[in-house]
Amino acid sequence: MTSVVAKDTYFAKEFRERFGDANDAIGKCRQEAIEYFTETGLPTLRQEDWKYTNIAPIANVDWRVGKQTSEDVGNVLELVREFNFERNGFTALNQAFAAYRVIRIPKETSVETPFIIEHAAADGEAIFPHTIIVAEAGSRATVVEVFASEAAGFTNSATQIFVEDNASLTHYRVQKDAADAFNYGVTEVTVGRAARYDATSINLGGAITRHDIEVDLTAEGGETAVDGLYMLSGSQHHDTHSIIDHKVPNCTSHQSYKGVLNDTSRGVFNGKVFVREGAHGTDAQQSNKNLLLSNDARVDTKPQLEIFNEDVKCAHGATVGQLEEEELFYLLTRGLPESLARNLLTYGFAEEIINKITIPEIKAELDAAVLNRLDAKI
Amino acid sequence: MLLEVKDLHAGIDGKEILKGLNLQVRKGEVHAIMGPNGSGKSTLSKVLAGHPSYEVISGTVTYDGKNLLELEPDERAREGVFMAFQYPVEVPGVSNSQFLRLAYNEKAKHNGEEELDPLEFNDLLKEKAKIVEMDPQFFKRSVNEGFSGGEKKRNEILQMAVLEPKLAILDETDSGLDIDALRIVAEGVNKLRTSENAIILVTHYQRLLNYIVPDFVHVLAGGKVVKEGGKELALELEEKGYDWVKAAAK
Repeated sequence: MTSVVAKDTYFAKEFRERFGDANDAIGKCRQEAIEYFTETGLPTLRQEDWKYTNIAPIANVDWRVGKQTSEDVGNVLELVREFNFERNGFTALNQAFAAYRVIRIPKETSVETPFIIEHAAADGEAIFPHTIIVAEAGSRATVVEVFASEAAGFTNSATQIFVEDNASLTHYRVQKDAADAFNYGVTEVTVGRAARYDATSINLGGAITRHDIEVDLTAEGGETAVDGLYMLSGSQHHDTHSIIDHKVPNCTSHQSYKGVLNDTSRGVFNGKVFVREGAHGTDAQQSNKNLLLSNDARVDTKPQLEIFNEDVKCAHGATVGQLEEEELFYLLTRGLPESLARNLLTYGFAEEIINKITIPEIKAELDAAVLNRLDAKI
Repeated sequence: MLLEVKDLHAGIDGKEILKGLNLQVRKGEVHAIMGPNGSGKSTLSKVLAGHPSYEVISGTVTYDGKNLLELEPDERAREGVFMAFQYPVEVPGVSNSQFLRLAYNEKAKHNGEEELDPLEFNDLLKEKAKIVEMDPQFFKRSVNEGFSGGEKKRNEILQMAVLEPKLAILDETDSGLDIDALRIVAEGVNKLRTSENAIILVTHYQRLLNYIVPDFVHVLAGGKVVKEGGKELALELEEKGYDWVKAAAK
């Protein structure tokens, strides 16, 4: 515990040097967040939401806060204030050091070219990107966040997304950090009336990584697809915690997360779906399928549906297993050697998620990354 | 002799199903294996393809001069044995063309022939697809995923057309097909018949044999061949049912 306290002091000192004199509205938000962080520190295994993910290796490093540029967010102050910085120590730290960036898609506008945002932390450096995306009413766009640290850096990101009435936002999150990097990220989404939010999160890199995603369906007719893949090897650890909240009637959420785990890697999936009182006509589907390629790999999965209502269509499930023997036999009878057949099935398992990405360059790069991970030529 | 099965005893989960089966197949021949449910037809297909759940208790299977039972399923395939599945397996996330090209190239490599790149293979696939009247849009789709019963069976015959096996075993290929799909599948198989290959049709019903006319019909009951004859035997079965052969087996 002493090390955590020391780190709090370190970040607090760093904060005073950078933002000590800031007393504008955003400065006050930062101040509030660092105080919260100083009180709570980083999460520990004793917290229910963190019991499978030990972040001590992150807490034990004296991170140098990277040089960051932040946009002026004075005009979206109310959105900044909506951010739940008290979610945990990481989110508080993000709000304190946030490098803000705002993407606003004007109403009734369809933006064809995807917005691509790339983050990379250098060796020993911590960065705190905080992106606010507002898809105004009736707009349509695609945003891609890429995390690509090339060394043992620490990325602590936050992304707030507001999909207003009748808007449609597609969001790809590709995390391909170096094997010794750390990554924590939170995505908070508010979906408006008859609006649509489609997310695909691909988690390939990093030593210890976690992604928290919360999607709130706040007006009728909202739809969301929250999909993801974690493909791990070596001693990698990835944790996804997801909350999909049906607050109102007649919304749809489909969630499919898949894990491919090799060597001694470890995955955690915790997915909560809430169907609130009065949210009739809800359609919520959730699945988490995991493929263990090694006896030493492990996954802890917990899909949870909490329904405070009737007249809903909900299903959820999780599987953890090896490749299907009948599928394997089928490929063998077509002359594929066993190693190739196994790789092809694993590739297909992962591709089901990667195929949701419709930008050809990014999809091709991910295909290559998956094959590279399998050490296969397909 | 392309295939010689001698006194084959085999089963699954400790239960003996084939009880002394004999079969001889030469190049250029089409054989129909018929029989009631539980007679061992499907077990024979699975054993020839090398399904790991089935165990051979005794007997020999010689294929093209080799001990077939010593070969792994993928080695059998590369040596020219093909089984069209009764229930073709779905392989999500892997496109049909990707899968077929890999299979084609593994066999080409084995035979010392030239491997094809995606573009070259696509041309080949387009030609082969005509044999089963298959729309090229199926190439891009995941293997068998969301295919109708008829499309899956056509896809099996497309695979056969691409891999050009020496011995093709069609396991209940007619099951679940409507008359149009049956005609397309059967015509596809007929186009693939040559003097250099052999086909074993495993079927419960005579219907398929109206379209693919066999040279020999073998009737299985109780795990062995109880009656053999020419194509007219199938018609006799259609007329009389299987009861009389079952009686003969006892």
